[in-house]
Amino acid sequence: MNKQKQSQPILEVKNVSKDFSGVYALKNVNMEIFPGQVTAIIGENGAGKSTLMKIVSGVYTDYDGKVELNGEEITFKNPKEAAEKGIVIIHQELNLIPHLTITENLFLGQEITNKFGLLDYSTMNKKAKELLHRLQLDINPATPLNQLRVGQQQLVEIAKALLLESKVLIMDEPTSAISDHEVELLFSIINDLRAKGVAIVYISHKLKELFEIADRYAVLRDGENAGAGMLKGTSRDELIQMMVGRDLRNSFSKQEIKHGDEILRVENLSFQNPENKKDYLVHDVSFSLKKGEILGIAGLMGAGRTEVLEAIFGMYPKYVTGKITVDGREMQIRSVNDAISAGIGLVPEDRKLQGLILNMDVEKNNTLASLDQVSKFGFISKIKEEKLSKHYVDKMNTKVSSSKMSVQKLSGGNQQKVVIAKWLATHPKILLLDEPTRGIDVGAKSEIYKLINELAAQGMGIIVVSSELPEILAISDIIIVLSESKLTAKLNRNEASEEVIMQAALVEKE
Amino acid sequence: MNTQQLKQYIIKFQSIIALLLMCIVLSFLSDSFLSGENAWNVMRQISVNVIISVGMTLIILTGGIDLSVGSILALSGAVTATLLKFGAEFIDMNLYIGFTLMGALVGGTLAGTVLGWFNGLTITRFKVPPFVATLAMLTIARGLTMLLTGGFPITGLGNNMAFIGTGWFLGIPMPVWISALIVLAAAVVTKKTTLGRHIYAIGGNETAAALSGLKIKKVKMMVYAIAGALAGIGGIIVTSRLDSAQPNAGFGFELDSIAAVVIGGTSLSGGKGTIMGTVQGALIIGILNNGLVLLNVSPFWQQVIKGFVILLAVVIEKFNSKEE
Repeated sequence: MNKQKQSQPILEVKNVSKDFSGVYALKNVNMEIFPGQVTAIIGENGAGKSTLMKIVSGVYTDYDGKVELNGEEITFKNPKEAAEKGIVIIHQELNLIPHLTITENLFLGQEITNKFGLLDYSTMNKKAKELLHRLQLDINPATPLNQLRVGQQQLVEIAKALLLESKVLIMDEPTSAISDHEVELLFSIINDLRAKGVAIVYISHKLKELFEIADRYAVLRDGENAGAGMLKGTSRDELIQMMVGRDLRNSFSKQEIKHGDEILRVENLSFQNPENKKDYLVHDVSFSLKKGEILGIAGLMGAGRTEVLEAIFGMYPKYVTGKITVDGREMQIRSVNDAISAGIGLVPEDRKLQGLILNMDVEKNNTLASLDQVSKFGFISKIKEEKLSKHYVDKMNTKVSSSKMSVQKLSGGNQQKVVIAKWLATHPKILLLDEPTRGIDVGAKSEIYKLINELAAQGMGIIVVSSELPEILAISDIIIVLSESKLTAKLNRNEASEEVIMQAALVEKE
Repeated sequence: MNTQQLKQYIIKFQSIIALLLMCIVLSFLSDSFLSGENAWNVMRQISVNVIISVGMTLIILTGGIDLSVGSILALSGAVTATLLKFGAEFIDMNLYIGFTLMGALVGGTLAGTVLGWFNGLTITRFKVPPFVATLAMLTIARGLTMLLTGGFPITGLGNNMAFIGTGWFLGIPMPVWISALIVLAAAVVTKKTTLGRHIYAIGGNETAAALSGLKIKKVKMMVYAIAGALAGIGGIIVTSRLDSAQPNAGFGFELDSIAAVVIGGTSLSGGKGTIMGTVQGALIIGILNNGLVLLNVSPFWQQVIKGFVILLAVVIEKFNSKEE
């Protein structure tokens, strides 16, 4: 490799920090990206990879520290400016417009016009065709995008980035939706670009891929640098070692709880991808939960954790198969209502979109799932409703000035308590919690841990999905790990550690 | 703090304040505005709009819309008139059924209910957006009305029928009684019942409502059927008042109804609004119409002014919700 190229980084990140309303996503991060090399950025969910890339590519504009391109400090106002300087990002989520054609998508915002100012389709289509050919995607560029498979769409997204003649090309999980053959294609294109001196930043959870394509690595952990160097001579285990090793700062003492009889048994649970029948979001997962037990579900983003809960909760009955037994009785859960009457409650991942009616007050949100208890012949008793709501506001220590306060105005932690209260009011036997502490402050976090423990002590069966390994380790009695829709490990509390979980979460399909 | 409180009060009672201002200004400008006769006149004129706007409010609270109420109103009126005057005749079966007034009224209301229910069906089962589903029904119901009447009014319905739209009871016009009872019932449903709570929850956040076990489809079907029934009752009153079922009755009523709901502070995205707000909205439109007529403003200008009032109401509403 060219020595000169190596010695001079094209992109340098110096002491960059970024916080979201007081919570640090990045802390004094340094990084060097070299031309003609592929740099892999590795880290757990929430380690700060995407945040860093969004800073570099002009999506986030307020941060501390410096970003230098060719030794000059740069500040972008928006991603377009970054693209003009040659820093292009291919996002994890597709940023394409479904009803426009491939050509229209490729040239969106940089359309070629003729001398009358009208769109010059023949030139654009010709260029698009050449580009697609390079990606071995022999499809008419006038095809509307929504007629393409997701994998093909991702290739179009990549083609769009190639069109920009980038100096630094950032790829955020580019292979999450494409087939093995398409991965090979992508790698040959990356090799082409590398030979031309383009600096490539490659973010992926798939370690195997990284060893195949990357030259360098940089590990982020908890928003901080955790190691960097040449990938050659570094082992997979060493990388995992660098990724994990966080500790739960707020001390958490796990109570000893006597476990009762089995409350939930899940056998051969599968969840077909509604958009692609051949694909499974959850594949053949089985586990069992006892009264008073807390089961943690770990895994990387997209491994199928949330989908396990959604499948149990009857949200997609058409696509779910498997046997669910609650309290010794086999249940036919064909709807959310079936799940609720079986004694299951779900605290969803996104409290604002899925958990709360934001313009309603605390009281009405608290009683939403248990209105029948406080009403007769369809008429709601104000007194009973107030009493029920007050009971849970007190019990959960929800900080409200009045239960007539709109939930919109509450902090994240208190909002989460309202959602949990909504389910407690239905007296569930099993409570499913999806990322129960996401985006809430440390104090409220430990209160929610305490609450989860109390509920378990009362004999409830609890399942917690969390991206934070320390959290899973701290509160769970048993832990199951998912990777690519499949269960890859079932661990007892005493045999689980971050390393063991990470190993299982990174198991790949052969 | 005090000015803050004052602001809050002004925001809370803005429609009533607007109403009062309008009344004061109009009573200075026109001698005939402030009289008992005129007041009942206005009330009677708006009663049909109030009735269908109650249904519209329920639908908009769930995040939907109903463009078909005007046509459903016409069909219900025509069904009522046909049943009353001609009965139902089945020539094939050699069967003739005559209808009493009550039977005809039930038949007319039922016709509206069925069409409203059909709206609900296409929206929930076949996932047709409410705008499109009810736009289709607007045409369908109007066409059915034409088929039923042959395009001609059905007249001569008798004194008993006429009493519903033109009679007085205890010193109050019948249409006002009917609309008041409906408003009262709807206010109770929205404020005090589980159905009402579910309507608000669905409009506020349908995903969260579904995940809380609410029966979204059932509630929506119910709401569209209720709106259809209320349009049916509106159709009966209109038919009674004119002593004839006009095939083009109710033309454009959906727009007046949506205007009343919006002026009354109900959010078109759902989840926020009240029945009483809608009543105030209908009153504002009614008094505005009445006042402009009394002041001899040309009907063309009346439309322009009404349009601007709707815009003003929505702009104020947006401004206020930002204040909060």
